[in-house]
Amino acid sequence: MSEKRTGGPAIRGQFAGGMAPPQKAKHFKSSARRLLGLLGPQKQLIALVLAFAASSVSLSVAGPDLLGKVTNIVFKGFMGSHPPTANANTAKLASAMHVEAGHGIDFDALAHLLVIIMALYAAASLLMWLQGYILNFVVQRTVRKLRSDVDAKLMRVPLSYFDRQQHGEVLSRVTNDIDNVAMALQQTLSQILVALLTALGVLVMLVVISPLLAVIALVTVPLSVVVTAKIGRRAQKGFVAQWKHVGALNGQIEEAFTGHALVKVFGRRTQVEARFRAKNDELYDAGFRAQFVSSLIMPAIGFLGNLNYVAIAVVGGLRVASGAMLLGSVQAFIQYSRQFSQNLSQLAQVANILQSGVASAERVFELLDEPDQSLDRGAEMPPESPRGEVRFDDVSFRYKPDVPLIEHLSLVASPGQTIAIVGPTGAGKTTLVNLLMRFYDLEGGAIRLDGADIAAMPRRALRAKLGMVLQDTWLFGGTIRDNLRYGNPDATDDELLAAAKATYVDRFVRALPGGYDTMIDEESSNLSAGEKQLITIARAFLADPAILILDEATSSVDTRTEVLVQRAMATLRERRTSFVIAHRLSTIRDADLILVMEHGKLVEQGTHDQLLVAGGAYHHLYHAQFAAPVT
Amino acid sequence: MLFRLLRNHLRPYGKQLAIVVVLQLAGTIASLYLPSINGDIIDGGVATGNTTYVVEMGAIMLAIAAFQIACSIAAVRFGARIAMGYGRDVRDAIFHHVGRLSAREVGKFGAPSLITRTTNDVQQVQMLVLMGMTMLLMAPIMCIGGVVMALREDLALSRLLLVCIPLLAGCIGLIIARMIPKFRAMQPKIDTVNRVLREQITGMRVVRAFVREPSEGDRFEEANVELTDIALRIGKLQALMWPTVLLIFNASTIAVWWFGAHRVEAGSMATGAVTAFIGYLMQILVGVMMTTFMSIMIPRAAVCAERIVEVLDTEPAIAPPAKPVAPAELTGTVELRGVEYRYPGATAPVLADISFTAKPGEITAIIGSTGAGKTTMLELIPRLADPTAGQVLVDGVDVRDREPEELWARIGIVPQRGYLFSGTIASNLRFGNPDATDEQLWHALELAQGKDFVAEMPQGLESPIAQGGTNVSGGQRQRLAIARALLREPAVFLLDDAFSALDLATEARLRQAIAPRLAKSAVIVVAQRVASIRHAHQILVLDAGKLVGKGTHAQLVQTCPTYAEIVTSQTEEQEAAA
Repeated sequence: MSEKRTGGPAIRGQFAGGMAPPQKAKHFKSSARRLLGLLGPQKQLIALVLAFAASSVSLSVAGPDLLGKVTNIVFKGFMGSHPPTANANTAKLASAMHVEAGHGIDFDALAHLLVIIMALYAAASLLMWLQGYILNFVVQRTVRKLRSDVDAKLMRVPLSYFDRQQHGEVLSRVTNDIDNVAMALQQTLSQILVALLTALGVLVMLVVISPLLAVIALVTVPLSVVVTAKIGRRAQKGFVAQWKHVGALNGQIEEAFTGHALVKVFGRRTQVEARFRAKNDELYDAGFRAQFVSSLIMPAIGFLGNLNYVAIAVVGGLRVASGAMLLGSVQAFIQYSRQFSQNLSQLAQVANILQSGVASAERVFELLDEPDQSLDRGAEMPPESPRGEVRFDDVSFRYKPDVPLIEHLSLVASPGQTIAIVGPTGAGKTTLVNLLMRFYDLEGGAIRLDGADIAAMPRRALRAKLGMVLQDTWLFGGTIRDNLRYGNPDATDDELLAAAKATYVDRFVRALPGGYDTMIDEESSNLSAGEKQLITIARAFLADPAILILDEATSSVDTRTEVLVQRAMATLRERRTSFVIAHRLSTIRDADLILVMEHGKLVEQGTHDQLLVAGGAYHHLYHAQFAAPVT
Repeated sequence: MLFRLLRNHLRPYGKQLAIVVVLQLAGTIASLYLPSINGDIIDGGVATGNTTYVVEMGAIMLAIAAFQIACSIAAVRFGARIAMGYGRDVRDAIFHHVGRLSAREVGKFGAPSLITRTTNDVQQVQMLVLMGMTMLLMAPIMCIGGVVMALREDLALSRLLLVCIPLLAGCIGLIIARMIPKFRAMQPKIDTVNRVLREQITGMRVVRAFVREPSEGDRFEEANVELTDIALRIGKLQALMWPTVLLIFNASTIAVWWFGAHRVEAGSMATGAVTAFIGYLMQILVGVMMTTFMSIMIPRAAVCAERIVEVLDTEPAIAPPAKPVAPAELTGTVELRGVEYRYPGATAPVLADISFTAKPGEITAIIGSTGAGKTTMLELIPRLADPTAGQVLVDGVDVRDREPEELWARIGIVPQRGYLFSGTIASNLRFGNPDATDEQLWHALELAQGKDFVAEMPQGLESPIAQGGTNVSGGQRQRLAIARALLREPAVFLLDDAFSALDLATEARLRQAIAPRLAKSAVIVVAQRVASIRHAHQILVLDAGKLVGKGTHAQLVQTCPTYAEIVTSQTEEQEAAA
């Protein structure tokens, strides 16, 4: 078992009943149809699967009937060589079977028949295997395609999608839901088909063998299906309850273990344990109920099967004794009716899997149906090496239609300048640079690079000219070298080394046992937050963009590393137009232009000295931040 | 491990377990009897034309069937009780045990791992117990009973069992044996797909900023193909399973008829007996199949059991003293004497030779770069960890000699990220002091500079708090955590970088507000910013686990190069503001 250290909600308690988490599709029919549509490209293979399944079923349906004939041959021979004491009953029976006294079992006929049956069964198994083999292929290919489609979709949806959705939720759609779809496809496609065909074929055989007995079977068999479905529904409810209790208990455990030290030092161990016990007991009760109810299904089916068995054996026995029916036919009938009820119960169970599979498919489709980001309007390429003049002309933007964020904002950044953006949280600082990156589309106005409207450029061509260092130090699971090359895959080793040296990365990477080939994993316990931040700076440095965006948050970095980060960022800013979102005002005193934002508006702009003298918002901010602390 | 875990925690259920065994035995024997009666109906009733016999035996069959279902329902009931009770008990045992462990051991496992062990791993073992109660217990009874009954029907024909049973067990076993390693190999592939996706989702901005969509697509596709590949290989084996089983079942039936017919011809067997024999053979084969399938569960459950036992076997490194010493006087003084802390097996200590005294009414500040051992030092005081050398004294008594509950009652602690529990603001604050009145809560909030934002919430003190406190901002969380600790009215107040999410102005107001409340407490503060601590009575400068400076701000600037360096890196701001 692999252990994921994602902390909180990643822990998915496994369902004690082995059932899929209960869920219902909103539009079952259309989603199911669309799910089937996914298999469309593999029509021929699906047709093959269907053909094999149908042939396999028809072959195996013939089995019990032929085995009944075997019984007849043996019984006839037995009666011939061991005639029972004659009475009226046995005479009738004997004449119905054409028993010839003195003639034993006809072994030639028996051998002939058995070989045929064996061949039949062998063929049925072979076909079933082929069917499963091909189906597996079809399903896996479909699922792989679905996964790729979803991943490709993630690359196309506007970034606002990720703002709206919880990351865990998106992740779950791509992983858990697609797995669930795969399971549903694999299990239901062939099972529904096989069970349905078998039930149908068996029903025909039942009626052919004995309409009278078929009536008995048709009473008891649906009864067992009804019972299965009824118990199943109650069990499902029980599992939902159990599921909830598992969730509640897991939450408590998570909390108690995460806050372990606090619980101790605050002397709350007894209370926390008491709360846990209460929840644990609740889960015990709910779990017991769910397990008990669901465990009733098997005995219930078994009992109804036996009931059916006895009824057929008695009635059939009487019919055989009266010569109206052959013994072998009764045997065959019993087998058929058993198959009938088995297949119907299976259909009832498969229906549950299908439900949950379609619900999962629906969630995947919802993601696939998200609108793509707007198409690139123009193909005007940005200048090969931009001078770096950036101009915002009367820009307006809002995330939510009814909440205006940025209104009629204009500014000019001359080539090579450092533009600092300051202001309280939520003022729209990050939004401003997001617009420059074209992560979002403008509501009004235009942003121009060297005089050309960036909306007319292909997004990727534009972004290739811009570099970004975010406060969120995102690195991917790979070597440090690969991460540094992220923005410039073709960089030579010398260039890489130069970038690493200029940004103080080289020093600590050398100290790592693996050097530049050290793997960065999700937890990246081998690197501190500050070191990760330095790597993101080096990454941008190596990409060598014409325009730079720095979101310089360093709250998680210790003071000595922070000095390095500041120096590295300064190196990075040389000879480029830079936008700096500043959190500490001291770092931007030398900026060529300081923009003060409040509530999406530019309330002030100017140099540090100008703004201090002006005594406005900047002045206020500055003094609030550096108010002499008192103890 | 699995066996030990089962034995230890199933012991209380011994009686019920015996009942389940008896019930299953009775039920299985009853169901084993059915084919034999069926054979009797054919041979004694149908073949002789004796209709009364058919009806009589039919009634008996029905009675047996009813008895059998009664047995299995009762068995399922007891079985579910045992399995669920077992799961509950093991969970309880782990939870209780983890409560006794020290922060070190919890850290060693990691909270997420401990959670998985308490939840999923227990569930796996519990599942095995449940299955064991029903299937695993029934399968051997069915097999043995089936064999006995088959032998009774016809000894010579029973030789067929010697072929059929090994054939089935062998074939299924072979398929499963080839499947298990593939399942094992699949898990890392699933993890890779999940990892790549998680990275892409969390880093979408970076991916797009660096125009790496195509190569990210390739990276995902690579993981996707690998996963599909192994899933295909497992699917191939799965497709083989059922047709093989059916083929063996059917071939066995045919063989029984062929050899049975000869026995019938020889007069050693009746036709009904052949039918009965087939019935038994099927039961045996189903039993074999069940056992083989169940055998997949055992290795999995064994791994889980091992992980559970590992926790249960971990002895808490920190145990309450046998003879607790009560301090002569509750002075509130904290003293560290030549303290060293070293992780087990580590060559370099985290803390070495640390000595200082924190007096009540004074503020002692600890500063140093990350990894210098600041947090570890704080943990030694409430005995969340014990030093590997030296002594920690509170109220003049070594903390190892004190009753832990009584020691903790003297301490208020604010952890680094201000962890909160799910509930309400009030329930979180009362975590510090269950008897606090609403007025006291508001007062504590006022001191912690949290009154305004709580008052602004529509539900005030009753506002819900999500697990971990994720629904309030980092700064609010820290202020709530400070209020919570204040409510304990602690003699020793420990703040672990508790102001990091506050702006300087708020921090200053907060420090000013809580100062009178803590006038008689020994306050120990870990901080990153010099501004937070420059007025402390005593500043300890840590570097790589060593105390490199001790004194006031003014003294240290002169005498301690490490401190001076930290100050320089931060004072550009101060000077600029001045």
